[in-house]
Amino acid sequence: MRSITKTVFLIILAFFTGACDNNPYTASLSGKNILFSAFSTRIKYLDPARAYSSSEYRFIRQIYEPPLQYHYLKRPYTLIPLSATEVPKPQYFDANGNVLPENAPVKTIDHTVYEISIQRGIKYQPHPGFARDAQGRFIYHNLSESALSNIHELSDFEKTGTRELVANDFVYQIKRLAHPRINSPIYGLMSEYIVGLWELNERLQQVDKEQKLDYIDLDNYPLEGVEVVDDYTYRIRITGKYPQFLYWLAMPFFAPVPPEAERFYSQKVLIKRNITINGYPVGTGPYMLTVNNPNYRIVLERNKNFHGELYPLEGAAGDKELGLLRDAGKPLPFIDTAIYTLEKETIPYWNKFLQGYFDAATISSDNFDQAVTISADSNAILTDEMREKGIRLITSVRPTNFYFGFNMQDTVVGGTAESARLLRQAISIAMDIEEFISIFHNGRGIPAQGPLPQGIFGHKEGEKGVNPYIYDWVNGQAKRKPIAIARSLLAEAGYPNGRNEKSGKPLVLYLDVRGGGPDDKSMFDWYRKQLAKLDIQLIVRATDYNRFREKMQMGNAQIFWWGWHADYPDPENFLFLFYGPNGKVKYGGENAANYQNDKFDALFEQMKNMDNGEARLKIIDKMVEIVRYNAPWLWGFHPLEFSMHHDWEHNVKPHPMENSSLKYWRIDHEKRENYREKYNKPVLWPLGLMLALVVIITVLAVRLYRQREYRRQAVNN
Amino acid sequence: MFNYILRRLAYALPILLGVNFITFALFFMVITPDDMARLHLGDKHITQEQTKQWKHERGYDRPLFINSAHQDIEVIKDTIFYQKSVRLFFLDFGTSDADRRDINYDISQRVWPSIAIAVPTFVVGLLVNITMAMLLVFFRGTQLDTMAVVMTVILMSISSLFYIIAGQFLMSKLWHLTPISGYELGFDAWRFLILPVVIGVISGMGAGTRWYRSIFFEEINRDYVRTARAKGVPELKVLFRHVLRNAMVPILTGVVVVIPALFMGSLIMETFFAIPGLGSYTIEAIQSYDFAIVRSMVFLGSVLYIIGLVLTDISYTWVDPRVRLS
Amino acid sequence: MEFFDIKLVILWTDGLLFLLTLLALFAIIYIYRNPYLRCTWREVFRSKIGISAFVVLMAYITTGLLDSFHFRMALETTANQTEKHYSGEVTSLLDIILGSLYQHQEKTYSAPFSAFQFTKENTEQPDGTFQRQYPRLEYGGSHLNEELSDKFADITHRTIVSIFWALAIWGSIAVFLTFMMARKNRDRLESELKPRFGKKLGLLVSSMAHTWRKIWTGSTDIPWNIALITTGILILSISWFAQMAEGYHIFGTDKVGNDVFYLAIKSIRTGLIVGTVTTLIMLPLAIILGIMAGYFRGWIDDVIQYLYTTLNSIPGVLLIAAAMLVLNVWIDNHPEQFPTAVERADIRLMSLCIILGLTSWIGLCRLLRGETLKLRELGYVQAAQVFGVSHVQIIKRHFLPNLMHIVLITVVLDFSFLVLAEAVLSYLGIGVDPTTASWGNMINAARLEMAREPVVWWSLIAAFVFMFGLVLAANLFSDAVRRAFDPRGIS
Repeated sequence: MRSITKTVFLIILAFFTGACDNNPYTASLSGKNILFSAFSTRIKYLDPARAYSSSEYRFIRQIYEPPLQYHYLKRPYTLIPLSATEVPKPQYFDANGNVLPENAPVKTIDHTVYEISIQRGIKYQPHPGFARDAQGRFIYHNLSESALSNIHELSDFEKTGTRELVANDFVYQIKRLAHPRINSPIYGLMSEYIVGLWELNERLQQVDKEQKLDYIDLDNYPLEGVEVVDDYTYRIRITGKYPQFLYWLAMPFFAPVPPEAERFYSQKVLIKRNITINGYPVGTGPYMLTVNNPNYRIVLERNKNFHGELYPLEGAAGDKELGLLRDAGKPLPFIDTAIYTLEKETIPYWNKFLQGYFDAATISSDNFDQAVTISADSNAILTDEMREKGIRLITSVRPTNFYFGFNMQDTVVGGTAESARLLRQAISIAMDIEEFISIFHNGRGIPAQGPLPQGIFGHKEGEKGVNPYIYDWVNGQAKRKPIAIARSLLAEAGYPNGRNEKSGKPLVLYLDVRGGGPDDKSMFDWYRKQLAKLDIQLIVRATDYNRFREKMQMGNAQIFWWGWHADYPDPENFLFLFYGPNGKVKYGGENAANYQNDKFDALFEQMKNMDNGEARLKIIDKMVEIVRYNAPWLWGFHPLEFSMHHDWEHNVKPHPMENSSLKYWRIDHEKRENYREKYNKPVLWPLGLMLALVVIITVLAVRLYRQREYRRQAVNN
Repeated sequence: MFNYILRRLAYALPILLGVNFITFALFFMVITPDDMARLHLGDKHITQEQTKQWKHERGYDRPLFINSAHQDIEVIKDTIFYQKSVRLFFLDFGTSDADRRDINYDISQRVWPSIAIAVPTFVVGLLVNITMAMLLVFFRGTQLDTMAVVMTVILMSISSLFYIIAGQFLMSKLWHLTPISGYELGFDAWRFLILPVVIGVISGMGAGTRWYRSIFFEEINRDYVRTARAKGVPELKVLFRHVLRNAMVPILTGVVVVIPALFMGSLIMETFFAIPGLGSYTIEAIQSYDFAIVRSMVFLGSVLYIIGLVLTDISYTWVDPRVRLS
Repeated sequence: MEFFDIKLVILWTDGLLFLLTLLALFAIIYIYRNPYLRCTWREVFRSKIGISAFVVLMAYITTGLLDSFHFRMALETTANQTEKHYSGEVTSLLDIILGSLYQHQEKTYSAPFSAFQFTKENTEQPDGTFQRQYPRLEYGGSHLNEELSDKFADITHRTIVSIFWALAIWGSIAVFLTFMMARKNRDRLESELKPRFGKKLGLLVSSMAHTWRKIWTGSTDIPWNIALITTGILILSISWFAQMAEGYHIFGTDKVGNDVFYLAIKSIRTGLIVGTVTTLIMLPLAIILGIMAGYFRGWIDDVIQYLYTTLNSIPGVLLIAAAMLVLNVWIDNHPEQFPTAVERADIRLMSLCIILGLTSWIGLCRLLRGETLKLRELGYVQAAQVFGVSHVQIIKRHFLPNLMHIVLITVVLDFSFLVLAEAVLSYLGIGVDPTTASWGNMINAARLEMAREPVVWWSLIAAFVFMFGLVLAANLFSDAVRRAFDPRGIS
């Protein structure tokens, strides 16, 4: 019997040593030109009319090609054509339809026309929605349940087709923004600018109600402000002047969508199989989506119909030294396939990166110390351990604000009264943002001096850019004012030592945050500690994001912690967060502090439509001064993005506006194989130890059993 | 037998109705359909029109339980409760509230990973626990038994979270033996299952072994066992022939009910190991207030539980011929 | 309630915990007067494991109770003040006892017994330059010299002091116990020892010495020696911890510099409340419904069976999760009812207990129903019915006493299960409030810390040690209880 167990153990041991490794992918994926990456939240919308988050843009930017894009390497951010032939020039008209010169005063401009011409010969990715039979009829546009018995994913369709991109596809997509069933997030904003969009929406709503169709053919419903000139040209008419519109043309909202695809996806039998335009986009870009299992994996593969694009020939200063121009002029894309795996937990995510199973990773504050050390001159450098592994660190400032907002409608911290302003200022000084960044973000952030982050027109560096109400300029550095000043401001505001001057009641303030995760308890503690310095009691109210948003909508918050990520790199996109008519409670806008200042509003209206220049800068300076003085926000920080890359990944340069970097990236998969082998050798002694333990216990047990049997027999005899 | 199943089915109906009622009451007590629409539509400019459209598309624009606008039977029929419940009874779950995916389809996709992790954990766990318990009974009264009993109490007293954290840390991070988390469709999945299955088995071992041990102990003191032993039947034979077979009824009572519920997956294991099963599906749905999915999963869970009860009864007739279903 | 400068705060869970303590006291008095029950309970304490587990449990319970006396301190009065105001911060008796620990807050992580911060920081040198290094902690080891050469001596010194303290306290407890026992057996001892010792004082000393010998050799009926040893170990560790905590962070500090040892102790109350208050909520439901179903049968039985089958058929975690989220939404929508953070956290803890209670009564109810059905058929019950004794009387006299052992066993068994459940639910984000100190929250945070390099292991270990201690003691005690009350289950 013992020999049998021995053999079994040997077999198990052999089995384990042969098959044991920690590779989270099938062996067949090794040694190929594949990028391995991860996504952490469920991807809900890949429809370009709906998607509005960076996690979704990561995918659809590779698939859909709007008319314009940002230059990959150049800084400041520069627009260049993508599917268009050139960046369109606006034409200004007055109310009578007369052409106005470029420098015409804003008031005289009635509407603006953008005429966009697109490249010829661009073809869509292969897709069953385009497939036609010999007679030229669509094969898959009238599907029945029985025909679909073997179809579970889009790739299960046998035949595919393609067609050339035409101007109508762009127009069709703009119409989709007004589709009542699609609920595009920018419909509200765009209906103020694009002529006739609102009317189209009204019309479509009516049609939807009356006819209850599966599919509304948008080609039958004209949109007044958008017209097809010929197959390769279309025009968009905008009310008034809106120079920022060009930035919108670089977003997937304005990418072409073929009507055939929507027609195809509107079939009920496909919807039942979750094959929808939300899940399976149809575009002209370098990649096409082939597998979409939002709970598990998303795969992008090279689009064989891609029209071709070349790696940029020039870059920003210093790019050449970094090797970013080594591939200049070579055809894009370099990588064949990109596999994205759902990874919600940070620990496995980070470990898999170190093990070489993800090609790049962002750093959470918990594994920061392992990866990065800050040198004496406070530059971030990688630890020796990481450098030994050939890992690189890439940092960039994001055009993002994280801030504590004061609800200006609140009776304690809000309002225009001087005492409330002093209170806000005192709190702003007490909240030690530098410490916050150092504890919770390991220094990956720049304390905000005002609403405009680095890289945005109007931002100022150094002493000129310091917020004089919160900071002092000492020895060439901005230094937060001492807490004693905050205390005296607080006393001036009527709360000496955190107690109401008149009633003696302690001052209690409420902070609304989103969250409830494992890291949040310590953060809440920290918030409380800050205001305790002023003897103010802070009560932190945490809710999930949905509830939080609702609270903001109702104006039920007092102080709140929120962030803003710019849509496009223009100061207007930051300063509009303080524009009165943009108030959250009254108008449902993005001004969550519900700040209202007539002077600021007037300046904003003036600045909004100006082109960058001396005059605009002057106005912006005035506006920044107003909000600094009034302090409707406690200026938080602009995050620094740190990402780590293995040395087999090339041409990486972060671009916070554009997420379509994938097509520029190149990987050296042989190097990756070597790395994976080197750092993932299984350690087998614990297995041996466990087996030995089992053997010892078995032997002991058998012995015990024999002894007992022997004794029993002795008794019986 | 046929009659029995028919009767059980008739009995199941009011239970399922009750379950449905509880879920509806729970959800709608605090969240109105308007709230739901607002939660799902997001933060950018939301018009009254869009909320209405959202509710209409998902059928939440009716009254909850009673529609006083009608006269006859429509009073009950034209309500959210009726409209949503009736389809459930035909196992037609409709589409999710958030992204309008077909729930039946999603369930049919996600049930396999759940089974792949739950069934091995269950089977291996059962075998290990019964074997261990048998060994303990076999070595009763010796030092080995005492030590093992103390071990089981210690195993029981450790939170399952510790097992998971320690398991991932050791097996994957230090020793590179298994992937830390993840999943692969198809046969390749086994490499991802080792760690969660081993952890699942170990964390259930303490309580399981003790439970079976007490069942066996109850049997071993019965007369027939003493008689058999007195007749000189070897100890091992006594244990397997007599004790195990007679302990089958209590074992089945505890075990069979659980089997259908295995389809539902494990919330904790699936979230920790990033396994795209039904457990993680459910927890995601709860966290994002997707009422359609929650309702469907609760209903499915109850159906499976009732099936488990029926199976338990049937299994009794199988191990004990004296039991008849009437 | 207001006193001179404190204002008592009774949170919901505090109130229930006190109610529970009161009930337990009544139960003890009742048991003491009932010879049969007294005998069975004696059986529990006769077991060595049982009594030492009980001592450990008592230590946990005392800590938890101390942490449940909440109050707010008054603020200093200012000149033109009309009424007295109290601090918004709610403190507990335990906080006062742990006083210094609570205030010893560092900036961020530090290892156990370390005098340095765990992470490097830019510190300004005397010459105005910046250097990146591990700064000294503000409290932990701050009394040590620059090179820390006196660390070993300091720890030794503190250890010796703690041993002295422990010996003194333990000794007085032992003397007190011996004295009480000697007095109890005075008559017997006197007749035994009088011939040898005439004088009164000598008699006392000798009878105590005699008793002590009996205790120490374990020849008393209840193994007092084991109880004393357990107490001794407990006192020694408490006094050691107390000595060390003054100068060091025994279990290090967490991300924002809170003392982990303090957090682990504060978590005891959360664990206890989940384990006991839940029971308090579930018991009336289970007992009333279970007995009613078994006793009245007929349609009442049908209704009750329907109720619990329905509830039981909903997957447990799902029901808890859904109910928790729904309650959270409700709490969020009614902020005016819970003005302070403590009250909000408390109501979440409370709702967790209620929900756990509502889902866990079914098992016990079923058991009781089955047992009642059996009891009902017994002759004396039927006789009582024939004589027209009222239902309430029959249930009170014949059923409740005969079912109590089932209730008891279930309660002690459930306790450890509930403590473990709290951790898991907190991990899933549906447990206690993130601001509440709880082992679940600690483990939750520790998951991320385990990924750091070097690993931050102390939070996890601290949570593990404290939680394991409670659950193990509870499990062992429940074993002893079961063995005494239901000897059939185990041979």
